[in-house]
This record gives sequence, C-alpha cells and structure tokens, in this order.
Amino acid sequence: MLPKDNPADPKTEDLAAQRLVQRVARNLDREAFAELFDAFAPRVKTFIIRKGASPDLAEDLVQETMINVWTKAGYYDPAKGSVLTWIFTIARNLRIDRIRRESSRPVSELGDFDPPSEAPAGEEILARKDEARSVARALSKIPPEQMEILTLSFIEDLPQAEIARRLNLPLGTVKSRMRLAYGHLRKNLEQPA
Amino acid sequence: MNIEHHLDAATLVAYAAGTLDEAFNVVVASHLDWCPACAEEARRAALLGGELIGKLAATPVSDECRSRTLGMLDTATLHRFPKAPSSGGELPEALEYLLKGKSLAELSWKRKAPGLALYDLPLSEASSGKLFLMRIAPGTAMPEHGHGGEEITLILSGAYNDRFGRYARGDVADLDESIEHQPIVEKDSACICLVATEAPTRFKSWPARLLQPLIGI
Repeated sequence: MLPKDNPADPKTEDLAAQRLVQRVARNLDREAFAELFDAFAPRVKTFIIRKGASPDLAEDLVQETMINVWTKAGYYDPAKGSVLTWIFTIARNLRIDRIRRESSRPVSELGDFDPPSEAPAGEEILARKDEARSVARALSKIPPEQMEILTLSFIEDLPQAEIARRLNLPLGTVKSRMRLAYGHLRKNLEQPA
Repeated sequence: MNIEHHLDAATLVAYAAGTLDEAFNVVVASHLDWCPACAEEARRAALLGGELIGKLAATPVSDECRSRTLGMLDTATLHRFPKAPSSGGELPEALEYLLKGKSLAELSWKRKAPGLALYDLPLSEASSGKLFLMRIAPGTAMPEHGHGGEEITLILSGAYNDRFGRYARGDVADLDESIEHQPIVEKDSACICLVATEAPTRFKSWPARLLQPLIGI
C-alpha cells in the first residue's frame, strides 16, 4: 500500500507508484490501478477544489483524470518526472480543457505525455531519485515571497497578470520572483549536495 | 537549428503551471518542439509544481466516484486526436495542428502594408490573447516600436536583426513589454514569425501601433 497523504518520503512513494503504473501499463492490472486511485485521487480532488470547482465537478474531473491514468499508463516516462507530477499535469490540462471550446487542440493532447519510451535503466532511476531530492531541497530554500508566487501559479492556476493584481505588485516583480524561484531549482539541480 | 534566443524563465514556469493564455501556450509549445534546452527547463519547472502539489492535503473521494471510475476501466479507450499531416519538420507540431496541414505558402495572407502580411490563427473563445503569423519582406526595416503589452515571437523562417542580436529560425523574442526595438529583416529572404500578443483591448490594436508610421493610420 502507498501512504495516503503527506507521505514522509516522496521518493519511496514515487518508486512504489512507478511500479503500479507499470503494472497497469503491462497487465491492465486493476488492483494496481485501485491503489493508484486511493493514493492520488484525494490530492487531485483537493487540487481541483482549490480552483473553486464544486464537489460534484471536482469528482467528475477526478474520475476523468484517473481514467486517463489508466489509458495513458504506457506513455508515462519516469525520466520526465514523478508519477505525481504526471498525474497532476493530466488533471491540470483536463481542467483547462473544460473551459475551452473545441476549436483548438486540447491542452491535454499537447503536453502530458509523449510517445512510449523504453523502461528506464537503473542509472536513470538513480539520477531521478537525486533529482527529486534536489527539487525538495530547492523548494525548502525558496523565500516566502517567491513561494507565494509559485503556489498561486501551480496550485491556484493564476496567470502572471492575475497574481500581480491580487498581490498589488507590478507584473515585472511577479516575473522576477518566478525567475528567482526557478534559479534556486537550477542551482540545486546543477550542484547536487 | 542553432538557437540563440530562448524563453524567459518566468515564461517557462508559467507554461509548466499551465497558466499561459492559449495564444502564448502555442508559441511556447512550438519553441519547445524545436529547442531541447528549453524543453528540459520546462520539464524541470514542472518538477517544482509536482513537489508543491505533493504537499497538498487529501480531500476524501466518495465511494460512488471510486466505484464509478473502477467500473469504467473496461470501456475506457484512448482517444487521440488525429495527427495533422506532417509538414516534414517545416513547422512545429502545435502550429501544424492549427494550420490543419497547410504549408505557409498555401495560406491566404492579408497584406497590411508594403512588405507586411498577416495571417490570423483561430483560438478558443476562452482565450484573451491573439495569435497570428507575420510575413515581412526581405530587407524591410520595421519602424521602431514598443509593444505596450505581453508578446512572444517565434521565428519560423528567414531572419532579422535588432539591438539584441540576430533572430533566425527557432529563436524566440520573449521581450518585456517596456522594451522598444527596430527589427530589420535580412536581404536574402522574407522573415516569417509566429506571434502571440495580449488581447487588442489591453494591447491597443497591435497592427495599428506598428503600422502607424508605415501607412499613417
């Protein structure tokens, strides 16, 4: 079983989740899928509700997101990011598509998965574990005023201009805080402790 | 492709967070299609989001939602959108899709001024931006202009020079709104760009602003 919320060690959780995704991809394993559902659906729901969706709509989108996890499991590539990042990219893109007409290509077709790749080599998995650690470390060093901007972007889904209005800051300040926050990440990824 | 001008880190973070307007999203996705360096930066930026989201508290999901989802597995299939006919790498994939397989030469360009033609690309109603292709004749010097709003330009073919350097196929100009520049297109071929701007309301009629000195409107 996966830890259900706020797992103490995101790296262990991710490796366990990767195995579940592989079981779904290779064997259409329903038990593995149910475990993924229990581990991720509650946080997907929080994420969707934070944006102001009603509980009914949130559960609709939870369902749609998890069905995508089932059908797209073969496209998940651990080299690109954690299972969590992948699932939330799917959820975010579905949420964006809900507010769009059919005229343009759904975002969910643009970015949340790429052609299937080979299973990652051991070396690559190791590199990914280091990377996850570096990301966590970078995040712990980001000062509150930059963290606020990241939270408004990634969790509340606010565009830069909207963040500027809400915080009563010039757009340029919002952008430079985003650059600085990203700079912390880059530094930590390039000079692993 | 030798790409010299890349996306602003703030743009990459916004792209990874999924908060860019549709017009900007297309230009960014198009650049990422051609630029492995920025694609890697965008992947990294998405990791920040993953880490933040991982810290979210759980909201209980109803048993009904759970059993409905599990009950759908047998009938769930992957609906992929048909791929647009490929231009053989002439165009980035996101743009190819919007052009429905047409090549740049086949479009009905609207001539706006001597040496300048535009082609508007369709966006959904939810978009507050504007997306268009711009073709500038060889040797044309654009008037010095600011942008008065957010704007990102991707060069698809040809090249121009301004005070920031040379911009050729694959390069992006992800400029601050306060910046003024005067692009001069190189003599040997037309320069074709994909441009995303903010909505005309905030942006005060982009073509008018740019063309004012050219055609006196």
